[in-house]
Amino acid sequence: MKRVKRRYLALQVDSDEAPTPKEFMDAVWGAVTKLYGEYGASLTGLALIDYNAEKKTAVIRAALATVNMVRTSLASITSVADREAAVHVIAVSGTIKALYEKLKW
Amino acid sequence: MQRNRDASMKRAFADLHLCVNLKDPATASRIINKAATLGYRLIAVPLSPETREDEKMKLQRICSEANIDLASRVDIKPKTHNDLTHQLRRLRRKFEVICVTCENKDVARQAAKDHRVDLLNFPSLDFRKRFFDSAEAELASNSLAALEIDMKPLLVLEGPARVRLLSNLRRETSIAKEFHVPIVVSSGVANEMLLRKPRELAALTSLFGLDEASALEAVSQNPVSIVKRNRQKLSPKFVAPGIRIIKEGKDC
Repeated sequence: MKRVKRRYLALQVDSDEAPTPKEFMDAVWGAVTKLYGEYGASLTGLALIDYNAEKKTAVIRAALATVNMVRTSLASITSVADREAAVHVIAVSGTIKALYEKLKW
Repeated sequence: MQRNRDASMKRAFADLHLCVNLKDPATASRIINKAATLGYRLIAVPLSPETREDEKMKLQRICSEANIDLASRVDIKPKTHNDLTHQLRRLRRKFEVICVTCENKDVARQAAKDHRVDLLNFPSLDFRKRFFDSAEAELASNSLAALEIDMKPLLVLEGPARVRLLSNLRRETSIAKEFHVPIVVSSGVANEMLLRKPRELAALTSLFGLDEASALEAVSQNPVSIVKRNRQKLSPKFVAPGIRIIKEGKDC
C-alpha cells in the first residue's frame, strides 16, 4: 500500500476568546464538510496535533493531496462555537520538527 | 523551484476594496493595521467624491503609520450610460481607482468599453444583474477594465445562495480567462474578522475554478498594475501612454 504523504499546518486562531480544542476542531470539520461534503472531508485525514489555548495557536495534520482543500476551508471559517473568529495559516511543513523550527515555538 | 519561491516571496499583495468608515478613525486604524499584519502592502479605500481633504489626510496618516500604501478609490453606480460618462469625466482625474457597479446592461456595456474604468463589479446577491458574459468580456478585453470579485459574500453567505454565487463566479472567471480580462480579487469587508491573508483569498478562489497562478496574480500583480498605471497617468509628467516629460526648461 502506498504511503500517504502528509503536511502539518500551523494555525493562528483570531478571536476574542480562545476556543477549546474540541470547539476548534468542530469548526474545522464543519467548514470542510460544508464546502466539500462528507466524501471530501474523509479524504483530508485531518487530525489535531497540538493546541495552545493561551497563544491561540494550533497544529493540524492533513493529507498532502488535500492541503489546498483544507486551506480553503480554514479561510472560510467565520465563527468558532458561535463566536466570531478567523483562522489563519502561519506555516506549512512536511514534518512537525521542521514546522516548529520554522516557527521557533 | 527555489527561484519560484523567491519570486512569490517578493510579491506585493493588494486589497483594492477595504471598506473603512472614515467617521470612525479607531476602527479604521484597527482594520488597516490588521491588513498590514496579514501581509498587504497596498490597499484601496472607497471614498465618496464629497470626502473632505482632512479625512483623506487622516486616512493617509493611519496608512503611513501602518507602513501600507493607500490608493484612493471611488465606487460609482450610474443609472444610465450618459450618467456613467458624466461621472467618469468628473472623477477620473481625482481618484486612482474607479470601480463601476453595473446595475443594468446598458451601463455594464458602456463601462466595459470605456478606457477610464478600472474595475467592473456586479451585485453579488442579485444574480440577474451579473452581466459579465462573453460580449461584456470582449469589450473589457479591448479596454483596460478588470473584473473585480469581492470575497465577502463567499464568506458570509451559506447554503443555496453561496452555491448559486459560486456557480456564477465559475462561469464568469472562465469567460474572463478566455478573453484575457484581468481578474482582481478583493475582500470587500468592513469587519476585521472577515479579513483574510492574500494567500487565503487565493485559496478561496479555487472554489470557483481559478488556478493557483491566476489566483495569486489576482491578489497581487493585477491590482498593483492598475494602481501603478493610474499613478503614472495622474502624474503631471504624463503626456500619453509611453510618453512622459523627462526635462522641462529653455536648455533642453
